[in-house]
Amino acid sequence: MIKAFSDAFALMIGFDSQFLGIVGLSLRVTLSAVALAALIGLPLGAMLALARFPGRAGLVVLINALMGLPPVVAGLMVFLLLSRSGPLGPLGLLFSPSAMILVQTVLVLPIIVALTRQTIEDLWLEYREYLTSLGLSGFRAIPTLLWDARFSLVTSLLAGFGRASAEVGAVLIVGGNIAGYTRTMTTAIALETSKGDLPLALGLGIVLLSLTLLINALTFAVSRIGARYMGAA
Amino acid sequence: MRTPPPSILPLAVSHLDYLGGGRVLLNDLSFEISGGRTVLIMGPNGAGKSLLLRLCHGLIAPSGGNVRWRQPDGIVAGHKRHAMVFQKPVMLRRSAGANIRHALSAAGFSAGTSAERTRLALKKFGLEALADQPARLLSGGEQQRLAIARAWALHPEVLFLDEPTSQLDPGTTLKIEEMLGALKEEGVTLVMTSHDLGQARRLADRVLFLNRGRLIEDAPAAVFFAGPACAEARAFLAGELLW
Repeated sequence: MIKAFSDAFALMIGFDSQFLGIVGLSLRVTLSAVALAALIGLPLGAMLALARFPGRAGLVVLINALMGLPPVVAGLMVFLLLSRSGPLGPLGLLFSPSAMILVQTVLVLPIIVALTRQTIEDLWLEYREYLTSLGLSGFRAIPTLLWDARFSLVTSLLAGFGRASAEVGAVLIVGGNIAGYTRTMTTAIALETSKGDLPLALGLGIVLLSLTLLINALTFAVSRIGARYMGAA
Repeated sequence: MRTPPPSILPLAVSHLDYLGGGRVLLNDLSFEISGGRTVLIMGPNGAGKSLLLRLCHGLIAPSGGNVRWRQPDGIVAGHKRHAMVFQKPVMLRRSAGANIRHALSAAGFSAGTSAERTRLALKKFGLEALADQPARLLSGGEQQRLAIARAWALHPEVLFLDEPTSQLDPGTTLKIEEMLGALKEEGVTLVMTSHDLGQARRLADRVLFLNRGRLIEDAPAAVFFAGPACAEARAFLAGELLW
């Protein structure tokens, strides 16, 4: 056991190329997914916060529920979508990093939309009269609201990043855990643990844990900075 | 010298009704406001004063009757020429200067014009030192001064103010009144509500007295404060003075 730990540290400190490749791919996939989900989810969440239409309450509940979408179910859905006979089959994306980015975007999007909706709705209550007075009513208020909610919204992006980086089921199903191509930290840990290669699993586990710690530290720092420098409570 | 933009005044309010929660909150109000004077809307709590300002400014739509500016919606060449300052200033989560710039760019002014007018507004009201401070961390009085400077930067012809000093101490109230005096000197028409009778006396040229959603007296300030025609206003002034 002690040997496993020391081998794990050797891997990390020695910049083992396989090790670095896995960490790099994980970060690339997850960061791309969060960026994509933010690009879609921030405006969408803001629009949902401001729009009033029949069925809105139902949609809000649905999106909130999707925050807890089981990753394996998301994986299955995207698998069916991308499989050879599926609607997006001809693109040939299955078992590629692109497919993993797509499935993680599906997982992160509800988190970003739901948290953005909540944040923007609260902010709109406070800003409504003033922005309307300036002629920024309806969707024209969105850029102002998104910018002014920036501290809370960064927190929601970090929450999305946390969910995507820790998730294993979805990337396993659509990525296939192909060594050197679609093997991420989580899928590698699952595989190596069952194979008995504990040093690699442990090393990756430590990186993953540090990442989680870092995300939480960042979340804390962002809200502190927001409160201290902008009074953005 | 450029010719001034066409005036949006007079503002004609006719047979204005507003219903809320199944109750009549404003009932058949008619009056006209023309330029350069300060109009105080007075009356007890719940009389509908704030509501009337919001209807005139176009934040809410009337249930009946109408609010008409001489130029449609009080907009001239794409710029809204009436602005509003609220009882509790709404400060964006940005610096004081950025708050003013935001208002200007929202109103359709170019980045250059916005920057220039922001600088002028901060300078005019002695707020330069606060330019880079986060607006929400300013004191209540500084926030309200910034809100007025921000409104001034828009160069409105009419400025609505809803109880602008109700939450401020006497010293700050005085500073705000000086700002309002400067605006008035520039020819800005002020339409405001206030519970501060001393302030009303100092600022008003004309008083609209509301009670339970009705306009029951419309008089020059001197006449109103010397002795209102209606019993309700007399009781209101007496009650306030007893405090």
